[in-house]
Amino acid sequence: MTRRYPMLKETPSQTAGPYVHIGMNPNVTGIHGVYEADLGAAMKTGAVHGEEITITGTVTDGMGSILKDVVLEIWQADADGLFNTPGETRGAADPEFSGWGRAAADLQTGEYRFDTVKPGRVPWRDGRLQAPHISVWIVARGINIGLHTRLYFDDEGEANAEDPVLMRIEHQHRVPTLIAQKTGDGAYRFDIRLQGENETIFFDM
Amino acid sequence: MKNTPEPNAGYAARDRAWHPPALHPPYKTSVLRSPSAPLLSLPTSLGEETGPVFGQAMLGDMDHDLVHNYAEPGESAIGPRIIVHGRVTDEAGRPVPNALLEVWQANAGGRYRHKKEGYLAPLDPNFGGCGRVLTDEQGFYEFRTIQPGAYPWPNGGNDWRPAHIHFSIFGDAFAQRLITQMYFEGDPLIPLCPIVGAIPHKDAVQSLIAELDMTRTVPMDARAWRFDIVLRGKRQTLFENRLEGL
Ligand SMILES: [Fe+2]
Repeated sequence: MTRRYPMLKETPSQTAGPYVHIGMNPNVTGIHGVYEADLGAAMKTGAVHGEEITITGTVTDGMGSILKDVVLEIWQADADGLFNTPGETRGAADPEFSGWGRAAADLQTGEYRFDTVKPGRVPWRDGRLQAPHISVWIVARGINIGLHTRLYFDDEGEANAEDPVLMRIEHQHRVPTLIAQKTGDGAYRFDIRLQGENETIFFDM
Repeated sequence: MKNTPEPNAGYAARDRAWHPPALHPPYKTSVLRSPSAPLLSLPTSLGEETGPVFGQAMLGDMDHDLVHNYAEPGESAIGPRIIVHGRVTDEAGRPVPNALLEVWQANAGGRYRHKKEGYLAPLDPNFGGCGRVLTDEQGFYEFRTIQPGAYPWPNGGNDWRPAHIHFSIFGDAFAQRLITQMYFEGDPLIPLCPIVGAIPHKDAVQSLIAELDMTRTVPMDARAWRFDIVLRGKRQTLFENRLEGL
């Protein structure tokens, strides 16, 4: 039998809506006792390899208003560039680091925060090394399909300059929208703009 | 002859015409929350082709029973008792085992348990509104809940959401990450909803409508609804197709 792709259509996306926290971060919205802890709230389960960092920021709309109801997820390699997942065939990732985090923006201020580690470099499809980066996924009321972007680091200038993804960006003046700014020891800021001036680059990957 | 896909063929690109576009003006909140520049299309790499894995040990015994997981001992949530079940596959029809599904919903009166919720319908003291479940080896899942109510929302002058359950789904890869909503067969509010209406193709809407499944109904207890989910699949190469055709 000839099996031609695609055979089935992907289930269409719908917005996460304003009450996304009930399902994804119930403790944030005062639903206690169903889940012990919100999934993805802690990325580290013990002493981790590498540099521990925090990433904070906000997500703003086309008028510059901060989204207070946004939820972000991140997925990244550990300090040695390995993913903590069975699909990782290059070696064993740091067992104390999940690589996956989920954070709801603060319901009052809209600020989000991840406590994670600085990722190592991961090869691109052709073997060239990518710069250290974190995959970011953004959902909220008004977002019909989750937005994928990437976070790079402003203190990785050399690696960024040879990153296969950053080099593929036609509008190079937009590259800074993907680069987190170091604000202190192990502290980075990454503000995401959904629309308009300095709109963050979003990926279809 | 071996049917070997090209190594690391990656995930097939999403059919963006099948999904709702970022901007759908009848859904007013999308107007300022939709990127105006086109998405940058790139093939997937390791970080998109891998993702977090969840195990049964991370879940509680009651996580898939919304009728009881927030209820006082001996009590249960108010509303029509239902079972929601189905299968998670990829676009090639392969089952996706160990997929984590997180669900959330309003109570039978259409009220959410949330700090930002102001609808005048009452809360049910025995209903929290969240649940989660992993698919089995064949990709099947099942959870128990009460049928949620429709509710009004501030968008147009008189917009009502059809009854729905929100789903968050993890497959094997971050590229497959998906949030959607399941609707109920026969609900006259479905075609009126601006959020449903963001989906361009009627067949795509149809795929979000669960069907009553009398074969899984538990007599004198709960009706059953079937909702199958399809996640993004890996790219199949011409090489693979040709070999399979032989
Ligand atoms: Fe809803």
